Amino acid sequence: MKDTDTIQINEKDTLTYNGLHKAEAKNVNLFYKDFHALKNINLVVKPNTVTALIGPSGCGKSTFLRLFNRMNDLIDGVKITGDVMLEGRNVYGKDIIVDELRKSVGMVFQKPNPFPKSIFENVAYGLRVNGFNHKDKMEDIVERSLIQAALWDEVKDKLKKSAYELSGGQQQRLCIARALAIEPSLILMDEPASALDPLSTSKIEELIYDLKDKYTIIIVTHNMQQAGRVSDYTAFFYLGELIEFDKTKTMFINPQNVKTQNYITGRFG
Amino acid sequence: MSFINKRAKQKIAFSFFSLVSFTVVAILFVILGFIIIRGISVINWGFITKMPEEGMTKGGILPAIVGTLCLIAGSMIFAFPVGVLSAIYINEYLKENWLKKFMRSMTNNLAGIPSIVFGLFGMALFVDKLKFGDSILAGSLTLGLLALPVIIRTTEEALKSVPNDLRVGSYALGATKLQTIRRVVFPIASPNIITGLILSISRVSGETAPILFTVAAYFLPKLPHSMFDQAMALPYHLYVLTTSGTNMEASRPMAYGTAFVLIFIVLVANLLANAFRRYFGKKNKMN
Repeated sequence: MKDTDTIQINEKDTLTYNGLHKAEAKNVNLFYKDFHALKNINLVVKPNTVTALIGPSGCGKSTFLRLFNRMNDLIDGVKITGDVMLEGRNVYGKDIIVDELRKSVGMVFQKPNPFPKSIFENVAYGLRVNGFNHKDKMEDIVERSLIQAALWDEVKDKLKKSAYELSGGQQQRLCIARALAIEPSLILMDEPASALDPLSTSKIEELIYDLKDKYTIIIVTHNMQQAGRVSDYTAFFYLGELIEFDKTKTMFINPQNVKTQNYITGRFG
Repeated sequence: MSFINKRAKQKIAFSFFSLVSFTVVAILFVILGFIIIRGISVINWGFITKMPEEGMTKGGILPAIVGTLCLIAGSMIFAFPVGVLSAIYINEYLKENWLKKFMRSMTNNLAGIPSIVFGLFGMALFVDKLKFGDSILAGSLTLGLLALPVIIRTTEEALKSVPNDLRVGSYALGATKLQTIRRVVFPIASPNIITGLILSISRVSGETAPILFTVAAYFLPKLPHSMFDQAMALPYHLYVLTTSGTNMEASRPMAYGTAFVLIFIVLVANLLANAFRRYFGKKNKMN
């Protein structure tokens, strides 16, 4: 586990962080103008696990995901109450600098969004904007990140080529490599395979499974089978509420709530 | 029967449309041809490298060419940074609220002000109030004001065409807004921004009214030495040769020659803009 060295944790917070709760939401409410988008959410994410967020469109799962790197800040009119914790530290605390926080949380989006730069520069970007410019180490980190993202063999001979020459699936793995390069303590994935073909999707899923050894991942997905395949824990959201949260196996075999059961079995959503 | 009627109507309508649009293109070619045919006879090395002689009926138009180039450079040195920076502010920093709408509509209104009004304003502010006198500086600033809305608008369009996904992706990696603009947004937008710059150059180089009271000299057979000097300029020289020369019949060919050079400069600027767009468009292709 490579947690504590990536973020500065002040003394008070260290006491409350016991290493078991990588990320946590405590009584979180989110309002978008008058709309109550997240209703009193409590959820704990354990280290080195994959947590899937499922639920019908508009249920708040993506909004919930974006709490952890404060991407909701980019939208006007959002108000948040409650505590969002990352390694025992309040993400919305007064001492937090948002850019610094985002450095320690990697994010992968629905549509691959590589920059119009070379493959190498895409992976190096996160380090460069954070003031890291050591040439040799940079090459090592880029290589390591691409290996971790299972893309190295396909691109090692064309690192200087534009990222746009890659296929959609390759671009998405490049975006994952880009997120890994900053050594995040948490990785957020917002439907990372929904714009990809089945073959690319299964590659991404294998990758998520492998990354679990080193990283903690929260993934939003529409796809029940995908949630079943990649995740250890599943959270079911419905109309802004967290209806059920449990081990994926337990939830898929024996859901406690009838809404969860209906959604999982495909009766709505 | 009605079927044939419909087809016939369609045919007549389209013939009419194509006639109208070809007329527009034809007018352009007629104007260009007219200037070229009349102007080409006086164009030679001497015409673009000599001072005007014998009451502007002989010699060349060098001071007007140099003056116009100075005014282009001066106005762009002022207007380009100001325009690009304010477009970045409006598009990247302002939230969607009344202030943004207000700034946008004011920019558009600025573009709608007649150029002679800019000239009058430039004279009052730069020439008289700030005591620059009739000078390249005063003329450049006045032309710069005129170019500002063009530059702001093209820059804004260029920035808007950058997909928001890329900004968000950059923020997610811990980049600040300024880093995101500098490293992601601006490089993608820059070919279109430069296109806007070149188009505003072609606008500025042809304007007469703004330089009328701020810089343009009727006859000044020497090259400017500093930005506080007066200067001749191509559009105004053309006006002088056509309306108030000492011997209008004799200076008429010189007028066509001047028009030829002016159109040539504008044409080159436009071709350059197109080449830029194509070259960088290919380089930064999105998919």
